[in-house]
Amino acid sequence: MAKIRGAVVVNEERCKGCSLCVVACPTHTLALQPKEVNDRGYHYAYMADAPSCIGCASCALVCPDACIEVYKVRVD
Amino acid sequence: MDVNDIIKPENKVYGKPVLMNDNNMHYCPGCSHGVVHKLVAELLDEMGVAEKAVGIAPVGCAVFAYNYLDIDWVEAAHGRAPALATAISRLYPENLVFTYQGDGDLAAIGTCETIHAANRGENITIIFINNAIYGMTGGQMAPTTLIGMKTATTPYGRRVDLNGYPLAITDLLARLDGTCYVTRQSVHTPAAVRKAKAAIKKAFQNSLDKKGTSIVEIVSTCNSGWKMSPAAANDWMAEHMFEKYPLGDLKNV
Amino acid sequence: MEEEIKLMKGNEALAMAMIRYGADGYFGYPITPQSEVLETLMAQKPWETTGMVVLQAESEVASINMVYGGAASGKVVCTSSSSPGISLMQEGISYMAASELPALIINVMRGGPGLGTIQPSQADYFQATKGGGHGDYHLITLAPSSVQEMCDFVGLGWDLAFKYLTPAIILADGVVGQMMEKVVLPPQRKRLTDEEVRQRCPWAANGRKGMRKKNVITSLELDPSLMEVNNERFQRTYKKIEENEVRFESIGTEDCDYLIVAFGSLARISQKAVEMARKRGLKIGILRPITLWPFPKAEVARLSERVKGILVPELNAGQMIEDVRLAAGSGVRVEHFGRLGGIVPSPDEILDAFEKLFLGK
Repeated sequence: MAKIRGAVVVNEERCKGCSLCVVACPTHTLALQPKEVNDRGYHYAYMADAPSCIGCASCALVCPDACIEVYKVRVD
Repeated sequence: MDVNDIIKPENKVYGKPVLMNDNNMHYCPGCSHGVVHKLVAELLDEMGVAEKAVGIAPVGCAVFAYNYLDIDWVEAAHGRAPALATAISRLYPENLVFTYQGDGDLAAIGTCETIHAANRGENITIIFINNAIYGMTGGQMAPTTLIGMKTATTPYGRRVDLNGYPLAITDLLARLDGTCYVTRQSVHTPAAVRKAKAAIKKAFQNSLDKKGTSIVEIVSTCNSGWKMSPAAANDWMAEHMFEKYPLGDLKNV
Repeated sequence: MEEEIKLMKGNEALAMAMIRYGADGYFGYPITPQSEVLETLMAQKPWETTGMVVLQAESEVASINMVYGGAASGKVVCTSSSSPGISLMQEGISYMAASELPALIINVMRGGPGLGTIQPSQADYFQATKGGGHGDYHLITLAPSSVQEMCDFVGLGWDLAFKYLTPAIILADGVVGQMMEKVVLPPQRKRLTDEEVRQRCPWAANGRKGMRKKNVITSLELDPSLMEVNNERFQRTYKKIEENEVRFESIGTEDCDYLIVAFGSLARISQKAVEMARKRGLKIGILRPITLWPFPKAEVARLSERVKGILVPELNAGQMIEDVRLAAGSGVRVEHFGRLGGIVPSPDEILDAFEKLFLGK
């Protein structure tokens, strides 16, 4: 059966750590960095559970700073 | 399959719109403005109208919209965006002219210009960010502030006897003969963002087709002004704002 | 359309001149005593001939911001009003000055303050020449004294506004607006095409045609060091205008013993007073500033060294006299004669005032 795999790339310097992507993510793939911060002091978002990403782009849609790129492939 | 096998140009399905530049936006983390900016940028590119788009920026938080979207902009005096848009649209009838205004700009100081531009049926799109508070000046009452809502100038909550009622100006605009499309949307969930994008697209298309004035209200959050986390502000909005400002089309001619 | 000689009111001449000088847009709101401007334009229907846009706005606030939008897009635009309406426009005018936009504003003055009267006045001299709205700026201020100048200064106002990229104002009064005279209307100047507008105004916000670099028109600059740079640039422009654009008319100033400095309708009335004076053997000359800003300081200074006294008759309580005094220095007596609240003096009154003030009669 075909399976969808996805991945996101967060623009870490642009991210303000608002967490709206974390809330919107249906697969709990994303989280905010618990310790790391970017140059502006924000705990930026990252894929805490990369294999679970389905590339649905929900995170990117609600991201107010347009800092999430979404990639998706079909794995047969 | 490794993540690096997925992250390849040919697999990219979503990214920052080309008309949005790399300037970091000044908005607070989680502010709805950014999402709406992104939708405007996506649509102007997808509809192939960047060359004829002129945006009118307001006074308020979105005053710097021109720093983020790479189209032509004019920064209006407070509340006067629809007057500027009227002139540019009439002088360049083939252009796509839109205003981007907050609740103070559109529904308080600029009520007159808003209503008359809409009533004349100017072929413009008005994007109206309603977050029920004044963000830029530090969280004071807006005309759209809900009864009981605490702001810097209603520290004990908005009272009808002191401050009057929240103004649902979009309902008023829907009753004008000059408007062709009046809708109320939000951007707090992925589904809402998709709907809001479709609404703005319809509005832009109406302007290009010279069908009259289109108004897209985005019921929004101001988590800083509301003194909540971005996620909590979204929940509060869904719970309290949508009752006074219900989502959906108010008019679609 | 060829050059044409017509008999018409000053206000009608303004409207005809707008069309003939190739205006792209007029945005206005009715107010006495200048409503004929919009009325004439609507009757002429220039949108059917030259393609000019004419719109009755919902207020003067809206009119001036429509002008702001039109000017920001590179088009040739203007508005007209009378004193209370011009007060309402000051915020928009300040924005245009700060955004370095060419536009034409016309004030057919009436008596104030407040709602005042609908009769002629020159009491908005300070407002027009000293800025008017908030911030450090000037408007190129043209003062017509005939119906012909009402017509000509529309073209001149736009030419100067586009040359220096700053708004210009025609400061007329109810007399010049309402009186009828012969006027030579200029031949039709062709309106620029959108492509020509883009060439003349590469800075204009009218769409990124060919995906050129984006244009942003704004007066906002939160960084004070950059805002100072902006202000210094505005001041350099004003200095250039002061150096190059001073305009005035001299009548009998080469042999005069006394001088009248008057503008607009009062220069016309003073001219009659001076003719009467010469019959009595009194040599009075007239200096009529055409540009109230930039003010003809050097000419006032030059003449003040020769004359025994200067009379400044105005339809106000003494406004231009401050500029005359500054330019004249302390060696010469400078006196004011004014009528207020919409009263227009006769030549006799001006001459009587002169004789009383300077000859002790």
